[in-house]
Parts: sequence; structure tokens; C-alpha cells
Amino acid sequence: MENNVILEVKHLTKYFDTPKGKLHAVDDVSFSINRGETLGIVGESGCGKSTTGRTILKLIEPTSGQIIFNGVDITKYSERQMRKLRTDMQIIFQDPFSSLDPRQNIMQLISEPIREHHICKSKEEVQKRTLELMDIVGLARRFVNSYPHELDGGRRQRIGIARALSVNPKLIVCDEPVSALDVSIQAQILNLLKQLQRDIGLTYIFITHDLSVVRYFSDDIAVMYLGQMVEKSPSDKLFEKPMHPYTRALLSAIPLPIVGKEKPVRQLIRGEVTSPVNLPDRCRFLPRCSECLENCPNARTPELVEVEPKHFVACHIYNK
Amino acid sequence: MKLFNKKKTDGTEMIGRSLGQETWRRLRKNKGAMMGIAFIILLLIGTALASIFYDYDKDIIGMTRDRFMAPNWQHPFGTDNMGRDIFARVIYGAKYSLFISFGSTLLGLVVGLALGAVAGYYGGLVDNIIMRLTDIFYSIPYIMIAVVVVSILGTSMSSLLFAMALGTFCNFARIGRASVMTVRDMEFVEAGRAIGLPTWKIILKHILPNCLSAIIVQTTLKVGSNIISASSLSFLGVGITPPTPEWGAMLSDGRSYIRSSGWMCLFPGLAIMFTVLALNLLGDGLRDAMDPKLKR
Repeated sequence: MENNVILEVKHLTKYFDTPKGKLHAVDDVSFSINRGETLGIVGESGCGKSTTGRTILKLIEPTSGQIIFNGVDITKYSERQMRKLRTDMQIIFQDPFSSLDPRQNIMQLISEPIREHHICKSKEEVQKRTLELMDIVGLARRFVNSYPHELDGGRRQRIGIARALSVNPKLIVCDEPVSALDVSIQAQILNLLKQLQRDIGLTYIFITHDLSVVRYFSDDIAVMYLGQMVEKSPSDKLFEKPMHPYTRALLSAIPLPIVGKEKPVRQLIRGEVTSPVNLPDRCRFLPRCSECLENCPNARTPELVEVEPKHFVACHIYNK
Repeated sequence: MKLFNKKKTDGTEMIGRSLGQETWRRLRKNKGAMMGIAFIILLLIGTALASIFYDYDKDIIGMTRDRFMAPNWQHPFGTDNMGRDIFARVIYGAKYSLFISFGSTLLGLVVGLALGAVAGYYGGLVDNIIMRLTDIFYSIPYIMIAVVVVSILGTSMSSLLFAMALGTFCNFARIGRASVMTVRDMEFVEAGRAIGLPTWKIILKHILPNCLSAIIVQTTLKVGSNIISASSLSFLGVGITPPTPEWGAMLSDGRSYIRSSGWMCLFPGLAIMFTVLALNLLGDGLRDAMDPKLKR
């Protein structure tokens, strides 16, 4: 069983020091992913989902916690040790406009990881492999000498995907890969990612703020709020029976294609996100929660508890 | 242009056109830059030929009776106070001027850019140490640095070159640091780390190429100003010593006779001016040619 887990994250924490105090970007987040599955991480802007993704790849050093990849604890790995691991874990960036070096053409961009990790032996092989990758991600070969600024967002994102794929990774962190694209291209890219998963057996951590995207994409979904994981469950369950008040509010915000019939009442979230700097030890959703219990303001931060099989919630309502 | 597009649709055969080839292809279309290159090549050929055909002792520093002759058919640039042919001296002297200005600028560029890039990339304490050190050099007038260096190392071409590089590198350190800092936090730098590039490769392959425009412009300006700096140093006696036909030295020689024999200043001055102009044209062209966004 243990063998099937590709990545396990335990009590991952990242605080940033700011002039005003400690900014809790990621606070005690734990989860694990099985090989070939997709974990969706959802949450609003600034809730620490991107930081989580980057910390897993050690692009950001975690403050504390453990990252176990393929059974090996990589938390204390140095930059040099990580470099070898980069062939196993990759990232697709959110913004295809700024994540590609504007001075390199497509050939150079895609072949860069191949050359760096000496995946191909000769120059011809590198070129062949690059063209293959372009085929895989659906980029016409005629763009091989183009520069990123000459292409549209969807094609650029395909370059990003090809770069990530070029080293034959096992795990890819997709950091909002489609949120900078328009809807029709979003669908294309999502289908491409899905197909790649089927073909190569990739594992994804899919970070997004768009619930409708993540629903069809993920096996498990984790909902984050202000650096903490408030709910985690298999995808269908979460949509059938959301438990945390925040998740419910999020789900009710998805536009539904219902015409004529009465629509379910929309639960709006009041107020704004609390500042993530110097947070007190209590429920973070408290100031905005519409269902809080009498005791909530005095209680400590709720812990993530398995309320139903595989369905974890961090809320005092379920934590008796 | 059309031909190029046609080729492009094919894809595979176009692979491997390096940045150098691309740049050259675009540079060729820039008339100003080509004129600049032509002038500098002409100058280099001229000074090479002059070194072969002129006899240094006789033609370049030897005295004759033909003093203060205005430009004529025999002496197209006239002669100076010692009766030496100014044309010969200007052509012959190009190698000194070019060598010192290019050499000191390149030395300053490499050292300054390396320091500035490291300072800008790492920031924090490293940045503070490096930049405060360069600030010290920045705060001392380069003439003072040069006088100190030359008095320690003795008057020679190499000590002058070294002294001028000391006055140049802080400029490049500053520009390098500032431009690295603007590029450092861009996402493609993080993307470089994500694919496992070591830091030096990220700086060399991704950060510096994106800082090129500022650096190239600064370099060409600096080559020009270093020609002039060398001449001021020659004038102070810490640079190149008089009989050597360096342009700056010739200019300061002619200064005393500017009312009666203006050509003594005019021609070395024009040589400096055209060289600086050619370098600036070339620099502008290079900057544009190396930017893929301006690809036409």
C-alpha cells in the first residue's frame, strides 16, 4: 500500500518574515497523493496554494514540516541534491507570458531541460526529442524557431508543458495552468493534461481557484483557506456533500446551468480575508463564517478530522 | 524577407540557427550599424597597414623641417610642430587609442558585470559588501585612481589600461546590478531553477541576456569616453608619453597651437569623434538586433 504513495507532505509550514510580523503563507498542511492520481488544491487568491506547490518542489524553503517523495525525505535536500530530483518533479507555471525567457526560441526553451540533464546523447537526438515533445503537446513544428512573444497564450502554455514533460517527470505541480487563458483554450489545455496523465501515468497536483475546472480533473480535492487546509475529500463527495462552511460558500458560487426552475440560495461570504500576518490560534474563517457555534471564538484552531471515510474537515461543527 | 518566411514554414531545417547568426542577419539590415562596423574595420586595416608601411622612428616620431604645414596633397592632414605628418600619426595611433579604450572597457565590463550580477542576484549582505566597495571606487575621481596606479606600477600601456579599468568597472557593476535586479524576480528565472539549472547558468543564460540592452549601450558609450579619458591622462603625463602618436596625446599637443595651426587638433579630434560615433551606431544596432521582440 505504502508503495503507491508518490508524495507525502506532513505538517508543511511556510512563514514569510515581513516588517509587520510573520506572514502565515502555509500553515501545517498535510496530505498524500497516490501515483497516477490528481490532487486539486482550491482556494481564493492569497490562501497559500501556490506557495504550497512551490514549497513541495523546494523552490521555496519550507519553515518546517516534511516532504517525502517516493519514500525519501527531501525536506533537507540542498539545491544541488534537488537538481537531480528535478527530473522527477516538475512544475507548470501560471503565467505563460512571464515564465518563458523572451530571449530564447522554442527550440532552446524546450530542449533546455533535456540538455541540462543530459537526457539525450547527441545534438541530433536532442532536436528529435524536442520535435517529438512539440508533437505531443500539439505545437506545430513550424514554430520551432519562433520566440514566445510571437505566440498566443495557449501555445505558450504548451511550451511550458513540453518543458515540464521533457525530463520524463513522475509528478507535475500545475500552478493554475489555465487561469491566464481564455475559456476555449482552457479546455484544450485541460484535455491535453488529462490525456498525458492517461498515456504516461503522471501524477498531478493541480492548483486552481476555479472549482468547475478541478471537479472533472481531480481524484481528491483539498480546500485551503488562509494557509490551512479546511477540507479534503474525494472529488465527488466534496461536491455532493460539502461540509466546511467555506467550501459550501465556494460551491454555491459556481454558476449553475439551471433555467426557469428555482435556483438554490446562494451563500455569500461576508467581509474580506483576514490578514495572514500574525494570526491568533483560532478558527481562521471565524470572522466570515455564517454558521459558527457559540464556542467558536474561544476555541483553538480546529484540526483536520476524518468525519466520514476519506472526508476530512477542519471545523468545530464536526469536531465534537 | 519573403524568402525567409517561406523557409520558416518547413520547420526542421531551420533548427540550430544560433543567436549569433540571428543577430548578424538582423544587424546587416541596419545601415547605421553597418557603417559603424565598416568604419572600425577600415580603421583596423588602416592601422595594421600603417604599422607595416611606416617606419616608426622616421615617419611617426622623427622630426623634419616641414613644421606647421596646412593640409596639402603631400600631407593630407597637415604637419605638426615637429614637422610630422598628422595623417600618418592618426592612422598609426589608432591602434593605441583603440587598444586602450577597448581593453580597459572590456576589462571593466567583465569584472564589473560579474560583481554587479552577483550582487543583484543574491542581494542582502553580499550586495551590500560588493556595492559599498564599488561605491568607494566610484567616489574617487578616476584621475586620482589612475595617478596612484601609474605611480605604483610605472608609466606603461598596461598600467594605464589597468587604471582605466578600475575607473570603469564600478559603472558596469551598478548597471549590471540594477538590471539583474529587475530581471531576477521574473518567473522564468524561477522556471530555470525548477528545471534544475545551477545558479551560474541562470545568471549567464537567462538573466544577463535580458539585461543586454542597457549593458551594450553603456559599453559603447564607455569605449568612447575612455578614449577621451586616456587623452586626459596622457595630458597629465600619467598616460602615454608624448612621442607615441595616441590620439588624446596628439590632441593635447595641438592645444597650444590651436589658433595658428588648428588642424593639429582637428584631425585627431575628428578621429576620436568618428570612432565614438561608429561605436555608438554599432551599439544601438546590436541592441536592436539582439532583441527578438524587434525581429522583422
